[in-house]
Amino acid sequence: MNTIKKLAGYIWMLMSPILILFLVFEANQKISTATEAAKSNVILQWVIILLIFTPICVGFFIFGKYAIAGEYNHLPESSEEL
Amino acid sequence: MSQEIKQSKIAFVIGASSVGTLIEWYDFYIFGMLATIISKQFFPADAGTAALLSTLAIFAAGFIVRPFGALVFGRLGDLIGRKHTFLLTLVIMGGSTFAIGLVPGYASIGWAAPILVLILRLLQGLALGGEYGGAATYVAEHAPAGQRGFWTSWIQTTATLGLFLALGIIILIRSNQGVEKFSAEWGGWRYPFWISIVLVGVSVLIRMKMSESPMFTKLKSEGKTSANPLKESFGQKKNFKMVLLALFGAVMGQGVVWYTGQFYAQSFIENVCKIDFIQSRNIMLVAILMATPCFVLFGWLSDKVGRKWIMLFGMLAAVLTYRPIYQQFLTISSTQNRMDKIDLTKTVASAVKAKTDSKDATKIYITQSFDTAYTDGAVFKYTKTDTLKLGATYNALIPIDSLNPSLIVSKSAKPNVVIEKTLGSGDSWSMIWLVFIQIVYVTMVYGPIAAFLVELFPTKIRYTSMSLPYHIGNGVFGGLVPFLGTLIVEFSKTAQNPKGDSLAGLWYPIGVAAVCFIIGLIYLSNKIDKEVMD
Repeated sequence: MNTIKKLAGYIWMLMSPILILFLVFEANQKISTATEAAKSNVILQWVIILLIFTPICVGFFIFGKYAIAGEYNHLPESSEEL
Repeated sequence: MSQEIKQSKIAFVIGASSVGTLIEWYDFYIFGMLATIISKQFFPADAGTAALLSTLAIFAAGFIVRPFGALVFGRLGDLIGRKHTFLLTLVIMGGSTFAIGLVPGYASIGWAAPILVLILRLLQGLALGGEYGGAATYVAEHAPAGQRGFWTSWIQTTATLGLFLALGIIILIRSNQGVEKFSAEWGGWRYPFWISIVLVGVSVLIRMKMSESPMFTKLKSEGKTSANPLKESFGQKKNFKMVLLALFGAVMGQGVVWYTGQFYAQSFIENVCKIDFIQSRNIMLVAILMATPCFVLFGWLSDKVGRKWIMLFGMLAAVLTYRPIYQQFLTISSTQNRMDKIDLTKTVASAVKAKTDSKDATKIYITQSFDTAYTDGAVFKYTKTDTLKLGATYNALIPIDSLNPSLIVSKSAKPNVVIEKTLGSGDSWSMIWLVFIQIVYVTMVYGPIAAFLVELFPTKIRYTSMSLPYHIGNGVFGGLVPFLGTLIVEFSKTAQNPKGDSLAGLWYPIGVAAVCFIIGLIYLSNKIDKEVMD
């Protein structure tokens, strides 16, 4: 199980930049194809999405890093271990 | 005897904490429940979907700031105590909700209206960010060993009951006032916001009588409280890794399941299936009422079999069944599927009515409605309004049929069409069961989660540590479901398919819940920490 945890860690680490790039690509595409009337609304929507999900993706990257480092191989099972 | 005292004391703790938390959820949700009306009141009249999206963005902004509230009030709760902190959040929440009900509409003060509402909505989000973690921690720290899941599940019912209360009050006011009075600038839609101040006042009085959490009091008397909860929670790897695990392995999935089952479902039934305002809310109310006891059931069960598998099963079920459930919503409300059930004896077309624009006497609105009745008791109302610009002032005494066509200067390219469907009893119950299934998923992921989070972190930083992942997962991932769902459907619209794929919005909750399920499956432990007396 610990091997799976570590291997999955690489997937989480890879997913983070891929997700950010995907969002930036989508934002660029949607903003450039938006009509003049809707442009400011579309920009606002994508700024919100990028501002929220970029730090979350960074957290996801760190999560993957911890998984690879074996930080989740043993989880605390009682108060003494916390 | 001491056991009885303990039981009655914990019952008071649960009651007092739950009432306050319920009111905070109520305050928070009335905004979402009234999104369609708020978008008309606080944005320009011609903004259409853009106004609704902007309103949903303001609604979502309340969720986005919740993690910041978690940091600010979580820190305070770990420094000065649970009781005073969640008393403060209650006052902020009540005050800002009341104030939203006082903001004049766009018609009166222009763009200041949505800006003021946004600021107050942010305050609501900050307050809620501090409230829930405090209440859950407080109850968990009073609960006897081995019963933490059961007792905290009562706190878990408050979010759904807050939604229930919001729905109930809105339906009651709207039924009494009628659509026009309710939707006017200073109409009945404001009352739910004003009622909040009374509810909060009562709750503050109850909470003043509560004492501090015994575990926190003990830590404080021993001088062992954290000097810097934020640094300890997020600066130390041993705690921070658990914050990340809680977020990605449990709470983000729980958040999207919660908001899909209870918010997206309502929005979908009303805006996509076009079910009548009152009936769509009644469907939600009955389903919520039927499913709410399951919070306590799964909380209790999680004390016996562990939290992990119950939560993961709820997520998996959601991932696998959301699309079939929402497809069924569409089938039930579809016009095509009921052509053979049309009741011609009750199907009527109204007379054509003309109404002059209040500001421009040469502009008239021509309205006609068609009520199609069905043999199963359903009535689908289709109202079409054309806008005509005349070369002269319209004389209301002349029947519209006799209007000289040469007077018409221009006609709106696209008529404004409003569809309102009222389902028959059988189909209405089918919808209730479909929502009920989704809320049972909610109870599976949400019932045990407070106990799960409490057990991950030590007492001295518990408020801060559990609040942040909870509010990112629930507030950000979950709170964005209506907004992102609507946005994804907008993106699916093409020239070939101008209506878009109405089920496309579900890919967001399905994707997030699927990733969360996999992470939870691999990394979460099913062990229950019976003591948490650290």
